[in-house]
Amino acid sequence: MFEFTGKLKTLSIALMLIGVISVGASFLMGGGDHHGDASHGEHQTEATAEHGEKHAEGATHHVEAPNRTYHKTASRATPEHNHFDITQAIQTPAEKIHHQQENKPWANLLVNNFFFLSLALGALFFMAVQYAAQVGWSVVVLRVMEAMSSFLWIPLTIMVLIIAAGMMHMGGNHLWHWMAEGIMEEGNVHYDAIIAGKQAYLNNPFFMIRTLVYFLGWVGGAMILRKMSLSLDNGADPAATWKRMRNISAGFLVFFAVTSSTSAWDWIMSIDTHWFSTLFGWYIFAGMFVSALTVMTLITIYLKNKGYMPEVNHSHIQDLGKFMFAFSIFWTYLWFSQFMLIWYSNIPEEVTYYMARWGEYKGLFFTMVIMNFVFPILILMSRDSKRNYGFLITAGIIMIIGHWLDVFILITPGTVGGEWSLGWTHIGTFLGFAGLFIFVVFNALSKRALMSVNHPMFVESKHHHI
Amino acid sequence: MTKMASTENKVIISALYDDDDILLKGVKSVKAQGYHIEEVYSPFPIHGLDPAMGLKPTRMAITAFIYGVLGLATSIALSYGMMIVDWPMNIGGKPSFTWGENMPAFVPIMFELTVFFAAHLMVWTYFFRNGLFPGRSAQNPDPRTTDDKFLMEVELGRKGSKEELLSLLKDSGAIEINENSK
Repeated sequence: MFEFTGKLKTLSIALMLIGVISVGASFLMGGGDHHGDASHGEHQTEATAEHGEKHAEGATHHVEAPNRTYHKTASRATPEHNHFDITQAIQTPAEKIHHQQENKPWANLLVNNFFFLSLALGALFFMAVQYAAQVGWSVVVLRVMEAMSSFLWIPLTIMVLIIAAGMMHMGGNHLWHWMAEGIMEEGNVHYDAIIAGKQAYLNNPFFMIRTLVYFLGWVGGAMILRKMSLSLDNGADPAATWKRMRNISAGFLVFFAVTSSTSAWDWIMSIDTHWFSTLFGWYIFAGMFVSALTVMTLITIYLKNKGYMPEVNHSHIQDLGKFMFAFSIFWTYLWFSQFMLIWYSNIPEEVTYYMARWGEYKGLFFTMVIMNFVFPILILMSRDSKRNYGFLITAGIIMIIGHWLDVFILITPGTVGGEWSLGWTHIGTFLGFAGLFIFVVFNALSKRALMSVNHPMFVESKHHHI
Repeated sequence: MTKMASTENKVIISALYDDDDILLKGVKSVKAQGYHIEEVYSPFPIHGLDPAMGLKPTRMAITAFIYGVLGLATSIALSYGMMIVDWPMNIGGKPSFTWGENMPAFVPIMFELTVFFAAHLMVWTYFFRNGLFPGRSAQNPDPRTTDDKFLMEVELGRKGSKEELLSLLKDSGAIEINENSK
């Protein structure tokens, strides 16, 4: 039985405090309705003045087509203004910058929240796969997955709050551009025909309903599986329970297959409303899964180092390492599939997405790919390194930072644009979420035995040897 | 072993088994008595046999990595020579004519040739190391090991006692024991 006390508990609480301070500070400094600093105030007045002008024009004729500029050699094209987005041009530059500054704390919150949501959700998916496929080897690490999935309701609740704030335009939340007022009303200055065409899917009520459906389905699935797993400890019929868990997991996986894609479209792809990619859901899923596997491995190594889980042997660790290695490559494959086709065809509607990322985020963009592909493939390629804690921890930390940067680059260009920064508020918020994650996950681990000893495959897993 | 000793005929005792678990136990007990196991013939791979026999881990993985790097280098040279130098190609309307800026277009061939070199050269390496080539006569001492029997060849060595080894093999569950020399 794992006891959650001492240093780790203190650490997690300290991290949570850092997180609260960072989130608070980020709202006070940059965004929200706070108009304290001088430059911010200036933007505001400028914006309202130009806004008024636009209104006058808008009454007589339609908003003119935005001015797009290409570089002469298209392959090196950099948009003259950082955000090559038709909708952005309808806003005045000052208004746009103002919105982007207001978005900064929200984008920070969304990036961290989504990253930690993906850890819990990835673990839940992996757990459902173990039950649906009636996997033998992984039984000794099932309780780690259960504990990780118990965290899921927290980031989902925060997600609902962020979305609600966006819908009510509260606190300067303009994360989802299509939520802007009048953007779907013909004749309005903010009218955008392309976004209006997506109204059937992208509208406030349906958006919120979908998020609540994900909440119910995922958290519900996690709760049912955890509850049934606990019932095995308390004398439920192993074979019958195991069979029922298989059916429930299979059903959950069908639900997850659809909702993992749609949630990625909703929360992340709809930030860049004009743009779309057909493999976006898979791409987000790949990042989610590999981050979850990495954290799962690190938690297992931590517990093993502390002397818990003697049942976990080098073969289990190597298998987890294999998953980390394989899904790093899978992530890269999807990243590249999306990137290469858009780069090659060079169609303005599609290429805007990468222009925004090459223009302002070039350094991060490539750093992220190197961290998520080159490091894991070289560090984790050999069999021996997958059995070595030092190698696994090194690769794991690089991959966690890399996939956090991936989420940052998914969300920030469309919300904050050229106003981005990467500073201590981001790190503090990340640490805060990490503290919360550690607190909830290790607390859940201490609530039940670390081994599901009545699981029908437990003995097989204990003797797992490769 | 000295040079003299290696020219002497080795005495090989071969034991036939009809179950892989019994064979594995036999291998372990023979090894525990300090005998050298020449070879084991089996119709299928047996889990845990390699470490029980005391075989060194394969170096195939290292060769695979080297072949992969070779394939990657070949594909870079190939795409650079063909698409940039010899006949500069306008790729997707991007007339930059440099390898670096057109690199995403070459990634598929870089991937394919890496895999191709690693896979094919590994096959040839495997054949070479095992001495497998067309026309080679079968090395298998007992054709029944291609069906449902397992054969272990133990070298008696100079210090070993034949009686002791024979009884050891018999106790381990061998169904047939033969002596032959190489």
